[in-house]
Amino acid sequence: MIQLQNITKKYKTSNGELTAVKDVNLSINKGEIYGIIGYSGAGKSTMIRLLNGLEKPTSGTVTVNNQEFSSIKGQKLRNARQKVSMIFQHFNLLWSRTVAENIAFPLEIAGVPKAKREARVKELITLVGLDGRSKAYPSQLSGGQKQRVGIARALANNPEVLLCDEATSALDPETTDAILDLLVDINERLGLTIVLITHEMHVIRKICHRVAVMEAGEIVERGEVLQVFQAPQADITKKFVSQITDTKETQETVTQIKENYPNGQLVKLIFVGEKTEQPVISHLVKQCDVEVSIVHGNISQTKNGAYGTLIVQIEGSESNIAAALSYLHTVEVQTEVIANAN
Amino acid sequence: MLTSLFPNVDWEKMWEATYETLYMTTISTVITFILGLVIGILLFLSSPNQLWANKLVNFLTGSIVNIFRSIPFIVLIILLIPFTKFLLGTIRGADAALPALIIGAAPFYARMVLISLREIDKGVIEAARSMGAKTSTIIWKVLIPESLPALISGLTVTAVALVGYTAMAGIIGAGGLGNLAFLDGFQRNRQDVTLMATILILIVVFIIQWIGDFITAKTDKR
Repeated sequence: MIQLQNITKKYKTSNGELTAVKDVNLSINKGEIYGIIGYSGAGKSTMIRLLNGLEKPTSGTVTVNNQEFSSIKGQKLRNARQKVSMIFQHFNLLWSRTVAENIAFPLEIAGVPKAKREARVKELITLVGLDGRSKAYPSQLSGGQKQRVGIARALANNPEVLLCDEATSALDPETTDAILDLLVDINERLGLTIVLITHEMHVIRKICHRVAVMEAGEIVERGEVLQVFQAPQADITKKFVSQITDTKETQETVTQIKENYPNGQLVKLIFVGEKTEQPVISHLVKQCDVEVSIVHGNISQTKNGAYGTLIVQIEGSESNIAAALSYLHTVEVQTEVIANAN
Repeated sequence: MLTSLFPNVDWEKMWEATYETLYMTTISTVITFILGLVIGILLFLSSPNQLWANKLVNFLTGSIVNIFRSIPFIVLIILLIPFTKFLLGTIRGADAALPALIIGAAPFYARMVLISLREIDKGVIEAARSMGAKTSTIIWKVLIPESLPALISGLTVTAVALVGYTAMAGIIGAGGLGNLAFLDGFQRNRQDVTLMATILILIVVFIIQWIGDFITAKTDKR
């Protein structure tokens, strides 16, 4: 569906040339939710704008929905853009238009006759859950509602691809989740390919199938979300993964746990995918004759399985503890010994 | 009572002068609005990083605007006498004031249009482009509606300035309240005529301001 080949994008600035994207190759499948994560300045904003021709690459080719966006111009480009729509961090709604009129805007651009336009707008308002708000102005809506209008507007011309430019970064956590659910729903119901850029690992974890990590204009790591979570390679990826697992709170908890549980052995277990559903702990207790206390736990759901950490305290004879640890290795649970009993 | 307070006022002449002032102000405001909007949009679109980014066009348009904006209006009227004569065959009467009024006010309004357009959120223009909008669609459906309150309040300021300009144009025989105040009031030393003309000019200005404020508030949905 989307192919980027040897993409480089340079900007001329007053301090010389700036390379925003450096020799990137990327392929995104139809119907996939693909996440690009990076800190600000990593080049992800430029990347997503290459996908609908708002930016042209300095070299390389961009093909989206069988259109070569890197070379088409004029009416051809404008028509192609109607099938590759975009939503924005700050929603970018026209304040001078009501909800219904904002959603009708892309239809006016596409030259849809008035009666058809009105029917389609009604449909879209229901789809994004804004019934009864059609006559409201954007200034009368909450952030989440504004993004719903943005999504409805983006879906108006039945696009093949939806580009999300930090679509949830200006929203509170609860609204973020609601908008992400809506995106998944659209992806599943309409078979839409979604490309999103973000700096929040939470967003990647929650809805993406695959992810690419960007740093200084380059993709430093990519793959299935779960696989990247399980075994992050690049330092920056590890940092992003720890956004979800090792929150500051967890680190504090670990210090406290060490103080509160001076006996036995503290072990951090990392579960990935199906392993989370196995009764690992009860096996441990029954087979190895050790005492297990759960001191901290955390499980996150990703699009293709769960990812979790569990900190347990194992008490018992030395040989039993050793047996317990080797058992944990056989079930392919990653273990990390935090602290030995003194 | 009015007659005793304003013994020298010829009311028929006064109403005629008021009509001429309103006529000059209205026609020149309408044409200034159109011309200023066109020049302002051209200035905006040709500026760097905009849709028609073009240094030469931007520089030329900007220079013309700045030159005409800098010439004092009274000097502009005199400079434009040959042009007006060529255009209308006369330099007397309300119509003869129009070229100078428009050429004086349009560049001023164009600057205000530019300021209003720069206030539009860049993201909204980007969103319209991402939907496949043509530049003409962006002008009509994004730029103008999204800056409308500012365009109208700018026009109000311009219209009030134009009332002042018509009074100056009166000196060269364009008619109107300024002309009446100068010829009948000042030169014949009839203070009451000057005062009445002033009061009427103030009323015209207040009405313009009130209408402008009303429409500005009405169009602003932010």
